[in-house]
Amino acid sequence: MLNYIIRRLVSLIPVLIGVSILAFSLMHLVPGDPARSILGEKATEAQLEALREELNLNDPYIVQYGRFMGQIAQGDLGNSITSKEAVIVEIGSRLPATLELTLFAMGIAVLVGVLAGVIAAVKQYSWFDNISMSGALFGVSMPIFWLGLMMIWLFAVELNWLPPSGRLSNDIELQTITNLYLLDSILTLNGEAFVNAFRHLLMPGIALATIPMAIIARMTRSSMLEVMKQDYIRTANAKGLASRLVVFQHALKNAALPVLTVIGLQFGFLLGGAVLTETIFSWPGVGRYVMDAILSRDYPVVQSTILIVAVIFVLVNLITDLLYTLFDPRIKLD
Amino acid sequence: MKNKALWMLFSLFALMLLVVAGCSGNDEASSEGDSDTEKAAEGNGDNTFVFGRGADSTQLDPSKVTDGESIYVTNQIYDTLVRYKQEGTEVKPALATEWKVSDDGLKWTFQLREGVKFHDGTDFTAEDVVFNFERWTESAEYVYYGYMFGATEDDMGGIIEKVEATGDYEVTFTLSEPNAPFLNTLAMPPFGIASPDAIKKHGEEYFKNPVGTGPFVFEEWIPDNKITLSKNENYFGEVAKVDEVVFRVIPDNGARFMELQAGSIDAMNGMNPQDLDTAEQDVNLQIIRRPSMNVSYMAMNTQKGPLQDKKVRQAINLAIDKKKLLTLFEGIGKPAKNPLPPSLWGYNDEIEDYGYDVEKAKQLLAEAGYADGMELTLYTMSNPRPYLPQPKFAAQAIQEMLKDVNINVEIVENEWDAHLSATENGEHDMAFLGWTGDNGDPDNFLYVLLDKDNAKKGSAGNIAFYKNDELHDILKKAQTELDQEKRVELYKEAQVIIHEDAPWFPIAHTTPPLAVSKDVKNYIPHPTGSEPFNHLELK
Repeated sequence: MLNYIIRRLVSLIPVLIGVSILAFSLMHLVPGDPARSILGEKATEAQLEALREELNLNDPYIVQYGRFMGQIAQGDLGNSITSKEAVIVEIGSRLPATLELTLFAMGIAVLVGVLAGVIAAVKQYSWFDNISMSGALFGVSMPIFWLGLMMIWLFAVELNWLPPSGRLSNDIELQTITNLYLLDSILTLNGEAFVNAFRHLLMPGIALATIPMAIIARMTRSSMLEVMKQDYIRTANAKGLASRLVVFQHALKNAALPVLTVIGLQFGFLLGGAVLTETIFSWPGVGRYVMDAILSRDYPVVQSTILIVAVIFVLVNLITDLLYTLFDPRIKLD
Repeated sequence: MKNKALWMLFSLFALMLLVVAGCSGNDEASSEGDSDTEKAAEGNGDNTFVFGRGADSTQLDPSKVTDGESIYVTNQIYDTLVRYKQEGTEVKPALATEWKVSDDGLKWTFQLREGVKFHDGTDFTAEDVVFNFERWTESAEYVYYGYMFGATEDDMGGIIEKVEATGDYEVTFTLSEPNAPFLNTLAMPPFGIASPDAIKKHGEEYFKNPVGTGPFVFEEWIPDNKITLSKNENYFGEVAKVDEVVFRVIPDNGARFMELQAGSIDAMNGMNPQDLDTAEQDVNLQIIRRPSMNVSYMAMNTQKGPLQDKKVRQAINLAIDKKKLLTLFEGIGKPAKNPLPPSLWGYNDEIEDYGYDVEKAKQLLAEAGYADGMELTLYTMSNPRPYLPQPKFAAQAIQEMLKDVNINVEIVENEWDAHLSATENGEHDMAFLGWTGDNGDPDNFLYVLLDKDNAKKGSAGNIAFYKNDELHDILKKAQTELDQEKRVELYKEAQVIIHEDAPWFPIAHTTPPLAVSKDVKNYIPHPTGSEPFNHLELK
């Protein structure tokens, strides 16, 4: 298995080179000029030209790409050309925000989705099945910006139960270590900050969870239905095993593989940043960061962030693949 | 086997976290900042003013930015030599207490305020002013310096030939040509004086460690989240009444408005027009409109076809129902009759707009020999602009209205960049454009947009390609005239000529609304787009 992991990690290198070429050429193919976005619409052609020269934007693409890859090879992600800040520092404050939100949302999605899917499969065509599956359809089709705004309106403005948006209230102080606020508040034994951060996390977490939750529920249901028809389930039932044992030990474990695939993919996608959720709930995450960078043609930020997200995506997929062996011992990775 | 697999999984997950943590490892600066804030926040109680806005600042070095969100913050931290008055764009003393100009208009001498300290404790002297001005000539990145003072690659100083400390508290500027708007330009927030010590100390990192002399001191910046400032107890002007100011980034307009309704922020900009009604009816909120410093217009190419005839241009002015057109602004636009917005000194309010009169328009067209009508193009940008929220609909409305006087309009829609280059090259008969003022001086509108000097194809600010020698003489005279009263008269006269020649159909000045909690007193928005918060109070 170690060999397999090493092989997969090594195979990251060509993937990343491919991704970097794609990211680089896409950014440079899109019309738009970083110098213009920095200097504004009133800048004269002479000012623009001088700035392009300063930023080395006049070099041939191949030279620019070479310089970018040279930096990456030395572990330097470069500096944002709009803010001048090192990309690594900028991502450093956003990636943990995205990670925290994603973990929370996926936690909800997996817990509720799998449970709903299993119950719906076991009690096929029951009222629960009908309601939860139409709910899931509703969840998949729900525009998240609308759902988000409605949640804020209801829970923050009308009922005043939860804070409307953001990660932490202004009057709460928190010493940041990992920038995962929940974790930081535990590490610094700051109960007030923990509650506050958790309350901020609830609405965006649930909003972000709706779509993966719905997908997971539907996938679990159909996968479970298939397994429940198998002979060994009938045998298990015939042996007189408790039905809970049959469903969770025998059926779910065998139905888990497709569900796992979906979970892995969704998790990877969410880690790339959820632009809409982050925008509506003022969540300072990676999605909005890249989006702003694309709009201002901030080449180093876009390229480097895409590379980092690609690494994470590949790692998540690798973890998913390894999890297969846990659920199905017949799968041999080597 | 199972244990081994679990162990592997755990290590991989740890590796993933390491990638994440590796990125955040460098974030020490902000955690250091955190502990500082803790101290600052202690005992502040609730006297914190929270302002919600759509985007974060890019840098807190005002000399390098063009975005309003950066300027909003730096306007609190820095002072300029002179500042704008609280209402309008006339200037008042700030870091400079008085000034005089030599008779030839080339030497400006400023007496500086004594006893002022930067937030880092260093003294403010004439040498610091010199340092800042010299710094701004070092790179094209100091965009407003280059733009306002006409710097070129060969001459980075532009019209400022020399800046000298002629005493501990006296600075003398030597200009290469007389420039009456100079004083107004110095009041622009990009020319805020920064602490040379801090610039040297922080080097490349200065943009996130700003140090000025202004009413608020920078505390902390969490990117895409918030910027915290605390009041400067030693401010030479009016010491702030709030202890802390927080700029929060809330990207979605609707969500930001709900934050205001929920009471978690005190004020916001960038409202959805559809939220205006709700806000006006909310007893806890007040709507404050920012006086306009912009104008949107339809320029008519005076060098081309029938539009060369003044009567045709006047007829078009008469044939468009401006009131109807303004409904597209959804309550944020005021009709324009002059190129200057009314918030600027020199605005000529005696001018009467053409008004909507189709019969008179037809008559003028007949006199000009176009009773049978004509074909004209109308170039429009595809994206909304701050001064023109729905350009395409506006174009369609004008197309419909001009049908009544037998003018057939063909709409040509382009992306912003393409629109700019097409209109600069004079491809259009008629074209939409607008302008947001820089320094609050009428010269910045009238000379830039309507003088013959700026009607050059390829780089035209004057896309009506309107050339009037009489106007040119007036505008040139106003540029060198140092008596403010006389300048006001000159600009009023200029607006009469422009009105008569009608190179534009002036459309509107937008007055963007701010929604502010009723608990906030004395919030007076400034036409330039941002205002220092030291005057406002929280109930």
